[in-house]
Amino acid sequence: MSQEAKEKILEYMKSQKKTKLYFNDLCKAVPDLKMREAKKIINQMVEEGTIKYWSSGSTTMYMLPGVDDVGKEEDSMK
Amino acid sequence: MALKHKTPMLDELEKGPWPSFVTDIKRVAERKPMAEDLLGLLEMSYEHKEGHWKHGGIVGVFGYGGGVIGRYCDRPDLFPNVAHFHTMRVNQPASKFYTTEVLRKLCDIWEEKGSGLTNMHGSTGDIILLGTTTDQLEPIFYELTHDLGMDLGGSGSNMRTPSCCVGKARCEWSCIDTQDITYDITMRYQDELHRPMFPYKFKFKTSGCPNDCVAAIARADCSIIGTWRDKIRIDQEAVRAYVGGELVPNGGAHGTEKRALDIQKEVIDLCPTKCMEWDGKNLKIWDEDCTRCMHCINVMPRALRPGLDTGATILVGAKAPILEGAQLGSVVIPFIKMEPPYEEFHEFVEKMWDWWMEEGKNRERLGETIQRLGMKAFLEATELQPDPRMVNTPRYNPYIFYDPAEVPGGWSHDPKAYRERHHA
Repeated sequence: MSQEAKEKILEYMKSQKKTKLYFNDLCKAVPDLKMREAKKIINQMVEEGTIKYWSSGSTTMYMLPGVDDVGKEEDSMK
Repeated sequence: MALKHKTPMLDELEKGPWPSFVTDIKRVAERKPMAEDLLGLLEMSYEHKEGHWKHGGIVGVFGYGGGVIGRYCDRPDLFPNVAHFHTMRVNQPASKFYTTEVLRKLCDIWEEKGSGLTNMHGSTGDIILLGTTTDQLEPIFYELTHDLGMDLGGSGSNMRTPSCCVGKARCEWSCIDTQDITYDITMRYQDELHRPMFPYKFKFKTSGCPNDCVAAIARADCSIIGTWRDKIRIDQEAVRAYVGGELVPNGGAHGTEKRALDIQKEVIDLCPTKCMEWDGKNLKIWDEDCTRCMHCINVMPRALRPGLDTGATILVGAKAPILEGAQLGSVVIPFIKMEPPYEEFHEFVEKMWDWWMEEGKNRERLGETIQRLGMKAFLEATELQPDPRMVNTPRYNPYIFYDPAEVPGGWSHDPKAYRERHHA
């Protein structure tokens, strides 16, 4: 179930025009899951490196790795 | 030592009798290139009347979704030492008690791995370490956790680092153990503190008494404010001593010279609910009308003290303006004992979060969700019974709607028969 949910979330992110999405947006990809279950899966995806946190300091969003200039800059340091 | 960048506009901020952050940064700039470039970048921002920081970033330490705020300069060609200038938020100990040894070690870490610039403390309460590079984040985090026993605080859409007043450690008015409550919230909700899941930030602040020294009522999504439900303790002898000029009013906060207190003018007339009376010998308080404003206790601390049956009032929804205007917290639990293991409080918090996660829009604080959907919806979700003490402005709105399903016995309404009786 969790692998299937991860794939749905990734597909959803790739299908969006926006590069950064809110937690609530990602939950739309897995409407059958409760928010707390979705959160666990999303955090696993962050730990696995398939998605990344983006934070303004006040708000946290999610993005695919290396999709904008900051992401590329960070990835280039590794 | 001559600095690399000319800063004529920043230099203006060093004039005058007050302390200057520019002087502080210049002092650090003599040994840290990062601080030197920071001055140059700031001068350029003043010149252009535009900021030169990019918005946000994707930095963090492994497993955490908060505590690091990515900052990148948009002119790394001119100011390479601040190309990355990330902020780290460190969870302060409850009530901000430190040993000097810890503070020295913290400064040593930041001197070696960061800019050397700190902000003790940010408005969140955290220790703010200003300016480091991405490659230093994990080493700093390792040293903080392993050598100092400290952790990162909250940022982004997380529960933020809970904060509290000095509490029972140094304040005789504290009705609750603010430090224990803060520690309990911090440890129980580690996942919420470090991994984002909410529509926006969520803050807990705990004040020991209604003086509310951490301004929880104005700043926290959930405020825990100490109170009492019995009577204010009165030492009539001490009241007479204030009136007779034997004791200094206000604990000396407004002047340390002894003077006769005009109890009528300075206390009785200023009571917001007029629940006090002075007959020249004794002070009488109608405690059932007291709203715990603390004014009389603040003026005569040797004579008046909070009661002994203590606990807390829980308020929700305070915030500064973002989507909507500023709001103060609304009372949702007028009195709770707030004693370990705090089970009743935890149950309330978790119901509140579940509702907000489901209903809250992006970047909407809890208070705004309540404003949009109504306090009734919030009370239903948290299974709290409505109480007159939750009414912010009595008689403001006379239209109270009852749901027949919620009233014992209910009722039925026949609109056709009603119109026959009321033709117009």
